[in-house]
Amino acid sequence: MEFVAGEYDVAVVGAGHAGCEAALACARLGVRTVVFAINLDSIANMPCNPNIGGTAKGHLVREIDALGGEMGKNTDKTFIQSKILNSAKGPAVFSLRAQVDRRSYQIEMKNTLENQENLDIKQAEIIEILYEEVEGKKVVTGVKTHTGAVYKCKIAILTTGTYLKGKIIIGDVSYSGGPDGLFPANKLSDSLKELGIELLRFKTGTPARVNKRSVDFSKMEEQPGDERIIPFSFETEEINKEQVSCYLTYTNSETHRIIKENLHRSALFGGLIEGIGPRYCPSIEDKIVRFKDKESHQVFVEPMGLNTQEMYLQGMSTSLPEDVQIQMMRSVPGLENVSVMRSAYAIEYDCINPTQLSLSLELRNVEGLFTAGQINGTSGYEEAAAQGIIAGINASRKIRGQEPLILDRSHAYIGVLIDDIVTKGTNEPYRMMTSRAEYRLLLRQDNADLRLTPIGYKVGLVSEERYRKFEEKRRLIEEEINRVNKTNIAPTEKVNDFLKKYNSTPIKSGVKLADLLRRPELDYESLGEIDENRPELSFAVREQVSISVKYEGYIKRQMQQVEQFKKLEEKKLDKDINYDDIKGLRLEARQKLNKIKPESVGQASRISGVSPADISVLLVYLEQRRRQKA
Amino acid sequence: MYKEDTIAAISTPHGTGGVGIIRISGDKAFEIAQKIFQGKKDFKLIRSHTINYGKIINPENGNILDEVLVSKMEKPKTFTREDVVEINCHGGLIVLKNILELCINQGARLAEPGEFTKRAFLNGRIDLSQAEAVIDLINSKTNESSKAAISQLEGKLSRKLKAARSKLIEFLAHIEVTVDYPEHDIEEITGQMIYKEIGEVKEKLYDIIKGFEKGRIIREGIDAVIIGRPNVGKSSLLNELSGKSRAIVTDIPGTTRDIIEEYININGIPMRIIDTAGIRETEDVVEKIGVEKTHRAIDEADLIIMMIDAKRGMDEEDNKILTMLGDKKLIILINKTDIVDENQINRIESLLKGKKYIKTSMKEGTGISELENAITELFVQGEVNINEEVLLTNIRHKNLIDRAVSSIERAMDAIENSMTLDLVSIDVTDAADYLGQITGESVSEDVMHEIFSRFCLGK
Repeated sequence: MEFVAGEYDVAVVGAGHAGCEAALACARLGVRTVVFAINLDSIANMPCNPNIGGTAKGHLVREIDALGGEMGKNTDKTFIQSKILNSAKGPAVFSLRAQVDRRSYQIEMKNTLENQENLDIKQAEIIEILYEEVEGKKVVTGVKTHTGAVYKCKIAILTTGTYLKGKIIIGDVSYSGGPDGLFPANKLSDSLKELGIELLRFKTGTPARVNKRSVDFSKMEEQPGDERIIPFSFETEEINKEQVSCYLTYTNSETHRIIKENLHRSALFGGLIEGIGPRYCPSIEDKIVRFKDKESHQVFVEPMGLNTQEMYLQGMSTSLPEDVQIQMMRSVPGLENVSVMRSAYAIEYDCINPTQLSLSLELRNVEGLFTAGQINGTSGYEEAAAQGIIAGINASRKIRGQEPLILDRSHAYIGVLIDDIVTKGTNEPYRMMTSRAEYRLLLRQDNADLRLTPIGYKVGLVSEERYRKFEEKRRLIEEEINRVNKTNIAPTEKVNDFLKKYNSTPIKSGVKLADLLRRPELDYESLGEIDENRPELSFAVREQVSISVKYEGYIKRQMQQVEQFKKLEEKKLDKDINYDDIKGLRLEARQKLNKIKPESVGQASRISGVSPADISVLLVYLEQRRRQKA
Repeated sequence: MYKEDTIAAISTPHGTGGVGIIRISGDKAFEIAQKIFQGKKDFKLIRSHTINYGKIINPENGNILDEVLVSKMEKPKTFTREDVVEINCHGGLIVLKNILELCINQGARLAEPGEFTKRAFLNGRIDLSQAEAVIDLINSKTNESSKAAISQLEGKLSRKLKAARSKLIEFLAHIEVTVDYPEHDIEEITGQMIYKEIGEVKEKLYDIIKGFEKGRIIREGIDAVIIGRPNVGKSSLLNELSGKSRAIVTDIPGTTRDIIEEYININGIPMRIIDTAGIRETEDVVEKIGVEKTHRAIDEADLIIMMIDAKRGMDEEDNKILTMLGDKKLIILINKTDIVDENQINRIESLLKGKKYIKTSMKEGTGISELENAITELFVQGEVNINEEVLLTNIRHKNLIDRAVSSIERAMDAIENSMTLDLVSIDVTDAADYLGQITGESVSEDVMHEIFSRFCLGK
């Protein structure tokens, strides 16, 4: 029986990484929020690899943190190994990654949600989005659970992950199911279709979990964490903890033989899978078919936590049947006697075509319906959380009648991510990569707070206290950059001895400290030896000074590009423009523009099929309209 | 893409003759003019909305490109409501093109089709009722230029460009995969590893630019030099050719008045003809300069037209000149055939065995159309169709390739200075992007595709 069970401003459907950030952002911004999960023990679950961060993803986590989100803090509380990747490849691509204790991560996050004011948490499957038609437009009025409870709300945020019509596939076996042995959400898809939303079907997969006691690590390479731990959150001061190692082993010709002989039984090649899988994380059988010449593939064995013997086998994601999986694993050094605890599986699920969204992450055709995370065709915990916090912020801003927060491609990876999926759509689960960001030297993980904390503060997710600390840090950075630019270094014997030691050309007359810092062989830390009036500064400040001065030339160039980019971004396009009415646009451009309804001329210019001439026509049209109105 | 930067273009209608105007509009218009214009007054001191006489000089090598009239117009009372400079040149299409290229090298961007009008409209200079006309203009100009672009892109040039670009994409993919998948057992790329290879791409791009120079004949015309002893009839020939073509643009007297250039049009091929002072050993300083200039003109010429006085016959000096010319394309005219007899002509002909020669009489106007046909045959088969759009596309392409080359040079510099990969990749990306603007391909999608098709990644 249907009954009204409650009334909220915002209902968040799903409590994975997107749902948690969305719910927390809403509640922290003061709107009454409820979050639903099919199983409350699955809040913030990591059904795939037990790590947070990595290239580009680590950037996302830092950006979420800078805006006032939770993922970074929760990772700092629960990680068991920390690493900085790409440390030799340049500041734009330094990336943090942490192995986390999966259970602790969930428990911490659940606890954070439970203690959050304005937030209720409920175990229920949402099967329907309730709406009414207002002036020909569908407007969300509430959500309904499988038990018939109706929760009225002004806004619903869907963060359903891989649950929608989830289908598990293991070799020739397939059944309806959600991730990690949980129930799927089989009914909500139909409600979305009724709302006129276009759905896509995507696929992803995960490798097996095995018992640590059955693994022979002596045949593998140990992969320890870094000695110096850099926290994810800008608010975490310093962490010292014992870390746990990962291990590396390799497949071999025997593994490949087993796979090849059983290819016909794999779901992927046997035709059982119809969903589109990501190119960047193919299953092991896919790798072997596509890269025939590669004699072995890496397998990383990663701990799932401290209080468990479960280990994750990164590199062996597969849709082969269980018996083949076991044979295949046992051919790998160190896994000869492996005992499987959870089998590898592929999962297919419904998601929406993200080009139906506005950049605020609200569906253009359904007032009050937001989506974030895998339902938008992305992949990854971090990508999900990044969209979650934006959807949460924008839902609460909509409740308050404020303009949405839109980060553009020059602000943040989050902006790149959302702009990419909304403007171009995606035909495979979308993964963030540093190469997708055209201004990546500006969008570094180390300066995420400088880029976004002022925005987080304005929005209301960053506290007064944190903001004051941030301003102090910013002041120190500026002062030190000034000092480095002004400080003269005289050609004394001491200085030239120092330069010789670093194979750097000695100086004949005085130079600025900044000029020495720009020499490739020198850095801010080493220059301490000859920099007599250097103040004592924190690592974070020193790092900013060092990067800003050393890479000034490149940074300036990218900033000039951003300036150009902004000019078109700032030319806004109304949603009510009917592009069929604009004479002079080519037919393809009209269709694409009507489909995507870009929010700025800049966004329009990134739609494939819209030419520079079309953009000129749009600009003329805009000016024409402006003058007609005036 | 529309940007409020400074744009430049030839703003006179199509055609290969007449006076031409190059228009520069935007914040940097005056700065650019300042660098290339030399008149009585410093450009800065010139009052707005005045026309000024002077020369356009390439600041990098001091070469004079043309004598011009330059209008300086301060915003907002200009066509685009931006600062505008208009350069009135009379040097014909080739000179126009060279000056435009110079403006671009000095910081202007080649205007998009219809962009001046678009700016005029966007800046409120053109009436609202004209909006549709503006849109039509943009579209029609775009169609023209894309046709031109396509016709040029077909063939070898396009293949070479694509090959160079795909090499860059390959390196980028390798850099990106190293960066985005740091723990995979993919061979880690280093700056040192790609240094040599991007250098090779750079060389290939140089070749393409040189190819532009080779194909220049069709696009830019032929540089021809008329040589011969004084009074052999060189000036008459020049008059004959230019008079007939009715396409005389101007004459540019050199500093010593002994070299005269004319721009003419033969069967559709633009041709610059230089009438020289004659070649002989001389002690006279003034004349010596003239002779040296002639030597240089011969060196740079695509075609030599050598005139022999039929009455005087071949003498030692003529033979000297012939040897000096080496394997230059050469057409010999035996002139003044009207005043000598058959035997004399036969004598000369026997001395010219194996050479291309034509018997002419400037006085009677014979042999001129044979000469025109010979020139056409020598350089192209049939009629050449050259128009402004083709020319503009060409400038655009060359400019983009030039930029790609400088980006690669910057990347190589960065590698030499042990800069990190993320910085090196910025310039490699730019280079690929510039080439992509010619071939119409987008870097980020191509790199992504390359990454996944070349490398085995995954969890």
